[in-house]
Amino acid sequence: MTTPFDAAMLLGLSGSALIGIGLFVIITHPRVLRKIVGFNLLGAGIFLVFGVAAKRGAMAGLAGDPVPQALVITGIVVAFAATALAIALLKRLFELTGSSDLAPLPPDASSRRT
Amino acid sequence: MSTLFDFGLASSLVALALYVGWARDEQSSIVGFIALGLLLSLGWTRLRSIDVALTEAAIGSGVTGLLLLRTQTSLRNDKPTGQEFGVLAKVSIGILCAGLSAAVAYVVLIPPDPAPTLAPQALGSIDVTGLGNPVTAVLMAYRAIDTLLEKVVLILALVGVWSLTSNSHWGGAPAVPAIGTPQPLVFLGRSLPPIGVLIAVYLLWVGADAPGGAFQGGAVLAAMWLLAMFSGLQPIPQTQSVNVRLLLVGGPVIFLVTGFLGVGCGAFLAYPDGFAKPLIIVIEVALILSIAVTLGMLVAGPAKRGPG
Repeated sequence: MTTPFDAAMLLGLSGSALIGIGLFVIITHPRVLRKIVGFNLLGAGIFLVFGVAAKRGAMAGLAGDPVPQALVITGIVVAFAATALAIALLKRLFELTGSSDLAPLPPDASSRRT
Repeated sequence: MSTLFDFGLASSLVALALYVGWARDEQSSIVGFIALGLLLSLGWTRLRSIDVALTEAAIGSGVTGLLLLRTQTSLRNDKPTGQEFGVLAKVSIGILCAGLSAAVAYVVLIPPDPAPTLAPQALGSIDVTGLGNPVTAVLMAYRAIDTLLEKVVLILALVGVWSLTSNSHWGGAPAVPAIGTPQPLVFLGRSLPPIGVLIAVYLLWVGADAPGGAFQGGAVLAAMWLLAMFSGLQPIPQTQSVNVRLLLVGGPVIFLVTGFLGVGCGAFLAYPDGFAKPLIIVIEVALILSIAVTLGMLVAGPAKRGPG
């Protein structure tokens, strides 16, 4: 720690806040679409904390450790793939039941097919 | 001065995240999320990770935001019946989540000294790869297996999305939004793609030595394609189209073939001496096309019309 409040530390703190906020939204929000957004908040926070580790690993004339940076790029793309799959499942659920929440279905709703 | 900027950036990130979580309607929440993504990429530039900033702006904010907004319009008539948690449960979940945040913040505040780093190793053999951008060297040479598997994950996600097609629509085309196409969108659909395609090619080429690469370029290319499809200038291809499927698997297949050729030089995914850069460029060109088509088809979703 060279200066008390450098960019890495401040962004690391907001990254950790994003992790908590994202997890809270995933657990408590009743709507599935918002849960998926919360999942992306959680991921963004984790990536940011990892990015802080990359910045602190700056050595040998580089501005940051390239290995975590490459892993975060991979992570962002994989998070997008997971989001796209979750959204396709959500849309299918909506088509079949007319509702997008995870409440138990009434007995007749499960027999409807499009 | 820059501390003030960082402080403002860090606090607006948290404020926007709270807004995203607690906004009343879904649309405001998603717009907030897109703004958050753009602020995050600003944050990534402050961490001197320009490659990540580009990816976050293009995929984390742009393509994800488009996908979420599109979903939100098709769920508009949704009446949620899910019961909320009680106040006591919410408070205890809140305390646990705050505790998790505090624990991560504690780790951020007491960094290990010296910080663990692989930067010297990453630079140590960069001359052999012929690349100038250490992040691209990690993605395409040192940890090429991760990039290969990531490409496979994208394809698997698309297989998952396509598998939700109903039987009668299998092999058909995904549907464009039913809303009438606004004229400004048509104008953008005509004027932006030539510039966007150029930017994508530039990002791919410059990625060898400067920030950029196949994923960032692929996302820009996908955005241009989606713009042309959503403005009705370009039909959405059928999911049974042979061309689409060849483009989808082309990237991973060329990557895999190069990998097995590397077995002749000692190891899977090893590049022969002096041929690393040309091989990486061949793989990246196949990857950028494959990534663009995968991202575009992931946003377009499963087929909504019968084949024909």
